[in-house]
Amino acid sequence: MTEVASDPLFTTIMKTVSNLAIPFLLFAIVLTGFVRKVKVYEVFVDGAKEGFDVAVRIIPYLVAILVAIGMFRASGAMDWLVALLSPATNLIGMPAEALPVALMRPLSGSGSLGIVTELINTHGPDSFIGRLASTLFGSTETTFYVLAVYFGSVGIRRGRHAVAAGLTGDLVGVLAAVFICRIVFG
Amino acid sequence: MLNYIWFALMIIAIIVGAINGTLTEVTNAAVDSAAVAVEIALGLIGIMAMWLGIMKIAEKGGLIKILARGIRPVARYIFPEIPDGHPAIGAMMMNITANWLGLGNAATPLGLKAMDELQSLNPVKDTASNSQITFLAINTASITFIPMTVIAVRAELGSANPFEIISTGIFASTCACITAITASRLLQKLPGSHKTDPMLNQTTVKEEKND
Repeated sequence: MTEVASDPLFTTIMKTVSNLAIPFLLFAIVLTGFVRKVKVYEVFVDGAKEGFDVAVRIIPYLVAILVAIGMFRASGAMDWLVALLSPATNLIGMPAEALPVALMRPLSGSGSLGIVTELINTHGPDSFIGRLASTLFGSTETTFYVLAVYFGSVGIRRGRHAVAAGLTGDLVGVLAAVFICRIVFG
Repeated sequence: MLNYIWFALMIIAIIVGAINGTLTEVTNAAVDSAAVAVEIALGLIGIMAMWLGIMKIAEKGGLIKILARGIRPVARYIFPEIPDGHPAIGAMMMNITANWLGLGNAATPLGLKAMDELQSLNPVKDTASNSQITFLAINTASITFIPMTVIAVRAELGSANPFEIISTGIFASTCACITAITASRLLQKLPGSHKTDPMLNQTTVKEEKND
């Protein structure tokens, strides 16, 4: 699997598909609509009208989440959390340096990218820590941001078990990243 | 649960800030983050409008229905509450595909469109349905084939092979995604979640007015 996926050919194919996906999609949708006698311009404008409302509806949710996370980061509480958790992560073979990436990833995309960049800069991109940090960053999304935007857009305040499910995914993502990096980059 | 997490983040920030002497930074961060949140949301307007317009054409032209029918076997298994061929399934499929291709700009508007379709099936408007939570889980732990941002950072900082983390990333993100979906389906059976299932509380629609 490593051999295939690291192959620049795989990357080239994926990039080409990504570049062509949007033009193809626009072409297919507009053409099908036109052939099926949809008044494409009028319908487009009608749908686009909602864009503003959706964006504005997200604001309170996004403010709530980003403010709490911003305060948490600025307080330096992350260092305490790292100190608290590092004995456990040492046991599974995860270097303490990489722990802040795993903890920050669900909270803040730019914050975790900053940590990854710093780690790569300090330890080198091809060091174990550099590779693990890169894998950690690429392995999951910014859970709380996605939650605020997606639920906020339809006015959902009660998420039930959504956070728990998302964080469980993040946790397993971290464990899987450590596991696979140990095997591949040992 | 969000109530507890939000409360904990705030309170810990202020207490730790007081002990560390970083209260000024904490205050500044609160103000700055609020401004950033609005910037992000407003920045979505254009791209949202574009994709919502395109999606409306796709809907009227019947493309969304065709897509939904195409993945019926998988969708029925992961989203048992959604009626066969419902447009929500087509919209979700487009969102997931955009995520896989790394098209973040398109993925979010398509995802929000899908969320909106799911909301039309949700009788209690301020509470997430099981399908909405599973769909959210797919997005919070989405599978990434090419993590472009981190590859760019690696290349810039002189990696001999910036792409070598692609395979490990695919492995880790696939594990995360499968886990998140499974967790969402298992956790809905917990008493606390089961009790608040909108589909089982169809009579308490008075909440709808609050939306």
